[in-house]
Amino acid sequence: MDLTWSASEQAFQREARAWLASNVPKEPLPSGDTADGFALHRAWERKLHEARWSVVSWPRGYGGREASVFEWLLFEEEYWRAGAPQRIAQNGIFLLAPTLLEFGTEEQKTRILPRMAAGLDVWAQGWSEPNAGSDLASLTSRGVRDDARGGWRLTGQKTWCSRGVFCDWMFGLFRTDPNGERHRGMTYFLVPLRATGVSVRAVSRLDGDPGFAEVFLDDVFVPDRDVLGEVNKGWEVAMATTSSERGLSLRSPGRFSATADRLVDLFHERAGDARLRDDVTQAWIDAECYRLYTLQTATRASEGKPLGPESSLNKIFWSEMDVRLHETALRLLGPEAELDGAWVKGFQFALAGPIYAGTNEIQRNVVAERVLGLPRR
Amino acid sequence: MRFAFDRDQELFRDALRDVLGRECQPSVVRASWERREAADPLWRTLAGVGVVGLTVPEQHGGLGRGALDWVLLLEESGRFAAPVPLSDTIAVAVPLIAEVGTASLKARWLPPIAKGEARVTVGLASEPFVRDADVADLLILQRGNEVHFVARGDVSIREKSSVDRSRRLFAVEGAPSHGAISVPASALASAFDRAALAAAAELLGLAARMIDLTVDYAKVRKQFGAPIGSFQAVKHHLASALMKLEFARPAVYRAAHSLDHPGPDTSLHVSMAKACSADAATFAARVSLQCHGAIGYSFEHDLHLWMKRAWALAAAYGNAPWHRERVARAVVDTVVRGDHP
Repeated sequence: MDLTWSASEQAFQREARAWLASNVPKEPLPSGDTADGFALHRAWERKLHEARWSVVSWPRGYGGREASVFEWLLFEEEYWRAGAPQRIAQNGIFLLAPTLLEFGTEEQKTRILPRMAAGLDVWAQGWSEPNAGSDLASLTSRGVRDDARGGWRLTGQKTWCSRGVFCDWMFGLFRTDPNGERHRGMTYFLVPLRATGVSVRAVSRLDGDPGFAEVFLDDVFVPDRDVLGEVNKGWEVAMATTSSERGLSLRSPGRFSATADRLVDLFHERAGDARLRDDVTQAWIDAECYRLYTLQTATRASEGKPLGPESSLNKIFWSEMDVRLHETALRLLGPEAELDGAWVKGFQFALAGPIYAGTNEIQRNVVAERVLGLPRR
Repeated sequence: MRFAFDRDQELFRDALRDVLGRECQPSVVRASWERREAADPLWRTLAGVGVVGLTVPEQHGGLGRGALDWVLLLEESGRFAAPVPLSDTIAVAVPLIAEVGTASLKARWLPPIAKGEARVTVGLASEPFVRDADVADLLILQRGNEVHFVARGDVSIREKSSVDRSRRLFAVEGAPSHGAISVPASALASAFDRAALAAAAELLGLAARMIDLTVDYAKVRKQFGAPIGSFQAVKHHLASALMKLEFARPAVYRAAHSLDHPGPDTSLHVSMAKACSADAATFAARVSLQCHGAIGYSFEHDLHLWMKRAWALAAAYGNAPWHRERVARAVVDTVVRGDHP
């Protein structure tokens, strides 16, 4: 066991800290889930890219630094500590890109990844449908073969697509074999949101920002080059990286460590309501446990060991911790908790955590069945 | 950065798990509730495989290992609810003798302790009772800043009944009049931290075993025509218990690393570990009892052997609120921003 950072990791951390200190906007940007805010966040993504901080763990050829998983964690810690803007590009960077790196063709990688890294194309996720939420495999949006044009025609409806009205592309699952049973017969498609036949309608989130979208597809042509992985193997392609999503990349510990530190600051600003001191302490402990757990996971990942269904534990933990962190902050604020400020905004965002990326009820089923070995039905 | 144990540490852990799996069946734990000496063969076995002498310096016949080694082994002694004072011996008493004892004291006691021929027990000021004082050849008793190294006959003892009857507790009456060594406060603080972390490690093992027992039961117990483990209410209880355990685990391992590489945050790390593991184990106990239903509430069922040990260790060497308070003093009362990994 070695719990020290190497000289090169420390140098990387210092470089990130220095760049962030002089480049993070002094005033927080308006919400990236609004039209104006999205444009400003896209500019921020470009700025990150120009200094090679947008996708630190990627290969250099696509705009990254080939940072190790530990360096990525250090970068995230510095990023959130510096109070840097939300990452509007995150669904592309952390959900699509790992899949693309594993299953994509060279043509796809060189065409898509550099533009994603630069914020030129921002990606939305097209998983959920009105009748396919937790039971994602029941999705019905479909793709029909078009041999004449060499591609597929997509029809259906996707929903809860984050920032879909502002995004350029969507990655999603569509049923391509109508006779396939549930998890079979789906294909992973990359869909340009400006294509003919696509219409996107904004849906406001809990906080009122138009951060969700419904995406309607009516006979939208997608060429073969925008199929990711094998036709009819879309479920396997999509699920291959969900462990890393839940286990490592979706929510780095730096975000919660920064929130916990701000919570301690708030406790002092509010002259420390003694009744809440224990809750503040527990929140700090939780964030620290999450950081340590992630270092364990990162060690496993760096030694080439697979992340399995244990990742579901991770997702349950951080999402429930995030809610508690914000609930404690709101209690510290007393009557001002009602004001539409940063903490109540963060609280509303935190409330989504136990729901997205697979509800925590589904995650607990996964833990019970695949980690503990309890019977499915 | 490598937050994982070394291969030989894991192999030692696996070997001890095999030994305890053979020699510390629930029947042994249960027998120790009635007859203290029922655990004597187990102690001899543990001495034989080097576990009792784990922390005894090599020149005194031990293996000279530290917290990163014992933390995994004590997790196993918790998993099997071993009814022996392993943690007090290897994590508290022996390191204290090695740290503050005179050369003659070390030469007199450490070799027979490592061989399992002499029994030692320890009474830190934080704890009102001393375990196994009736069979200890050497009692280490903290009185203020002094530590007394005395023989059993030098003090009078009175038995107190623990809820976990495999833990034989004694009140030591009267102040020992001799055998005192004045020790630095830092040595006493370290002894307490080691004791707290040893309990934390055992609590991890206890929690894991209670979850295992409950999963096994939920697979075979049928109601409404189905194993109760197929019901989401039961699944979710157990998933939550596993989550608490798995997030306490790295806090315990990090604290072991800090004990071996002491720094200003060592006590903070130990307190995080004890608070999290005590909460995880008491939660696992509650969930396990609930998922077992009435059978788990019966004295005949083995679950309570683990549950009561968990209650006892959650309370020993600072309970969760006590340790959270120590964390609060370190990180909430004074704002310190560090980069400690």
